[in-house]
Amino acid sequence: MKIGYYPGCALHGSSNDYEQSVRACLQQLGIQLDELDEWICCGATAAHMLNARLATALPARNLALARQQGHEQLLAPCPMCSMQLLKANAELHDRRVRCEMSEIVELPLDASVQVLNLIEVLQQVSCEEIRHKIAVPLEGWQPACYYGCLLTRPPSIVRFDDPEHPQSMETLLRICGAEPVSWNSATRCCGAGMTVANEETVLELSHQILADAHAHGANCIVVACPMCHVNLDMKQGAIQRRDESLPAMPVYYLTDLVGRAIGLDDRQLGIDRHFVTVG
Amino acid sequence: MARIGVFTCWCGENIARTVDVQHVAEALAAEPGVVCSLAFKYMCSEPGQSLLSRKIAEERLDGLVVASCSPHMHLRTFRKAAETAGLNPYLVEMANIREQCSWVHHDRKLATDKAIELVRMSVAKVRHNQPLNPIRVPIVRRALVIGGGVAGIQAALDIADAGYRVVLVEREPSIGGKMAGLSETFPTLDCSQCILTPRMVDVAQHPHITLHTYSEVESVEGYLGSFRVTVRKKARYVDIDRCTGCGECWTSCPSGKNASEFDFGLGRRKAIYVPFPQAVPARPVIDAKACLKLTRNRCGVCLKKCQAGAINFEDQDQMIEEEVGAIVVATGYELYDIKARDAGSSVSGYGEYGYGRYADVIDSLQFERLASASGPTGGKIERPSDGREPKTVVFVSCVGSRDRAKGIPYCSKICCMVNAKHTMLYRHKVHDGEAHVFYMDVRAGGKNYDEFVRRAIEQDGARYHRGRVSEILEQDGKLLVRGIDTLAAVPLTIAADMVVLANAMVPARGVQQLAQKLNVGYDEHGFLSESHPKLRPVETNAAGVFVCGACQGPKDIPESVAQASAAAGKVLVMFARDHLTREPEIACIDQRSCSGCFTCLQACPYQAISRQEITDRAGQVLRYAAQVNPGLCMGCGTCVAVCRSKSADLAGFSEQQVYGMVESLA
Repeated sequence: MKIGYYPGCALHGSSNDYEQSVRACLQQLGIQLDELDEWICCGATAAHMLNARLATALPARNLALARQQGHEQLLAPCPMCSMQLLKANAELHDRRVRCEMSEIVELPLDASVQVLNLIEVLQQVSCEEIRHKIAVPLEGWQPACYYGCLLTRPPSIVRFDDPEHPQSMETLLRICGAEPVSWNSATRCCGAGMTVANEETVLELSHQILADAHAHGANCIVVACPMCHVNLDMKQGAIQRRDESLPAMPVYYLTDLVGRAIGLDDRQLGIDRHFVTVG
Repeated sequence: MARIGVFTCWCGENIARTVDVQHVAEALAAEPGVVCSLAFKYMCSEPGQSLLSRKIAEERLDGLVVASCSPHMHLRTFRKAAETAGLNPYLVEMANIREQCSWVHHDRKLATDKAIELVRMSVAKVRHNQPLNPIRVPIVRRALVIGGGVAGIQAALDIADAGYRVVLVEREPSIGGKMAGLSETFPTLDCSQCILTPRMVDVAQHPHITLHTYSEVESVEGYLGSFRVTVRKKARYVDIDRCTGCGECWTSCPSGKNASEFDFGLGRRKAIYVPFPQAVPARPVIDAKACLKLTRNRCGVCLKKCQAGAINFEDQDQMIEEEVGAIVVATGYELYDIKARDAGSSVSGYGEYGYGRYADVIDSLQFERLASASGPTGGKIERPSDGREPKTVVFVSCVGSRDRAKGIPYCSKICCMVNAKHTMLYRHKVHDGEAHVFYMDVRAGGKNYDEFVRRAIEQDGARYHRGRVSEILEQDGKLLVRGIDTLAAVPLTIAADMVVLANAMVPARGVQQLAQKLNVGYDEHGFLSESHPKLRPVETNAAGVFVCGACQGPKDIPESVAQASAAAGKVLVMFARDHLTREPEIACIDQRSCSGCFTCLQACPYQAISRQEITDRAGQVLRYAAQVNPGLCMGCGTCVAVCRSKSADLAGFSEQQVYGMVESLA
């Protein structure tokens, strides 16, 4: 199966380990990622703070490219990207907006491209298929599934899982043999982009998340967002310097764990490039 | 030649200020067929009505137009006056020159011209009016009450006590409804069962009441005064006439781990069970999904134990036909499903409150069972997870209610009082316990209600925090309730042992399907619609069908009972008459020209049109034509609009009359 792929800035930059993991895992599951030609920035946090039209036009151009290149479905593994694309898609249902945007992006537009986040692509593979391919069941793994702020929000736009009590990652990981823990911080904020402007806040918030996962018996955290991974993994050293009692908590992308279960190794998945490692 | 009288009303200043009524009267006097045209200060007053009667006699009038206010206001008044003077009331028409003229215009000249045209139109119509006679409908003096909660019980007893027969249909194995499961009731803290169970017994023993429990209304046909209702009696697997209620069966039944519906899952019951000790009828029912005999053809202990031979594993659903003249719907409510988050639902849940995940987060009906002496803990407040006595309990108001984001914009009305009651019940049983309430507003409108809430706060020490709860977390065996106190403007976290959510009231499941069977309207939330919110609060737009209790909107016990008695009163008003009369302004179909396309049959919203065979003398069927059932027709005129062969017409609003009105403007 072939599917359109929108990497966004993070997966080609600071979080290219995420891209490696996504590509390796999905390939093993029989999904070819077809990267969008000439994709541009989704607007992320910056555009919508400054200019509402720009915030729609940027993702709209990517959607127009996807349409032009014949993709019915578009995977955006970064939840910020997928949310921005979905938001633009929703706005394109309005004919007036569609005409205006079509003029700005200089491409024909409709709202026909289906934007998917990483979890939805795995759900599409189907639980049966994944179960069938399990090579190394994740016995003894007790992940805390961390959805962060954007995967389920805003609920009216993303329409994905229960916004306050999501369970889709848990369901997938149970199939892989893991025993996800029940914890309190699944949809808390990690501090996200504050990591640049106000690191103190991020360290405080991420600390709470790591401590909560530990208190509820988790032996790792699973994310499906590059920003969450940066704050929980890369910044974990800084957090531990503030609280020495905090044990090391490895942070995996969802595809890392699914990938391991279906027989991939750490190097193939890019896990060896994470900051926190446990022997 | 017609002899029409026109009476133009001043309505004091209301009309006369803007419309030159004298000029209107003079202008109309010149109309063909008008033999007398007068203006009078108040036509609706006694002198006005006498004038009308006198002129009918003096001028031998055969048609009347009163130019005044809306027909909604006074058409009945003038028709009655005409009838007293010996004129058929349906020869009276009104021209509305107040709401549709004087009240909405300023220019006296233009308004007067418009008034003249309006009256002239009515004169054109009345020229073609035909004398009509009200339709007489025979009446079956027997009522059906659907729902055996406190409202249904009250309505059934009131009607039966007046000497008429009542059929009471209840879906569950026992009557009693939600009230039977409550511990105590506000604002007096009466024991709920103590006041309800004698009424339940009255129902069972009443010679005029036929009780069908574990039954549902399958279909309804017919009309006001004569409904044919099919009731499905679900297979109970126990013959309740033979059964003595000895209890041998349920004490010996080995399947004992089924969640008790009556205890809202907090207690367990057997596969053969009586929902609660005071159930009416006090006879067991077999849960076909849990019974080992019915699921796996094993066991059958109850059959062996039963001395009366009442167990019948071959039992099937039965259909029973009942003929009734009036129907009272009292299907009640249930609590909003806090976990609901399916795509098809218009409401969404509260994943952040952890209901269903944390055993110690319960809803208010579950708390009632915990506090009830007949409940699973015998009235001791114990938390469901480990049976410990909770020392800190948080009560959360408005879970769903008044939350547009969750799809329920309305106030559920009872929860403020329920919370206050729960804090009291809790503090009376756990003296060293802390009771916290998070609320939006305290809405305690009702006799002795606000005093009750003050008592909870001032005497029983309930701690009220004005604000919403954002989430409930679990940590170290405690429930962390995170919210805000907006009066103090501080975020608040309370480490609680138990949380009680006051979920919104929603109509009982299946009420929409029932409403469709009865042709009763309902709102977007599924609450049944009354005819008029103030003046016809228990009537519905389906003649002969009445509503009471929480199926019409959230209400507490006193209101439900009052409304039930009101509905019973309306039924008795009907039953007190020899026959029913209905307005004769209904459709009729000229079968000579009817082509039998039956577009009207599909268009009719009241199922009042049927096919009729047209036969020759020998009884040979020649063709089919449409026919209007005068008992069902509501006179809406939809059939007239869709009829292709112009065979349908509406008495009192005939095409001739309407075209006459239009032509008078030309």
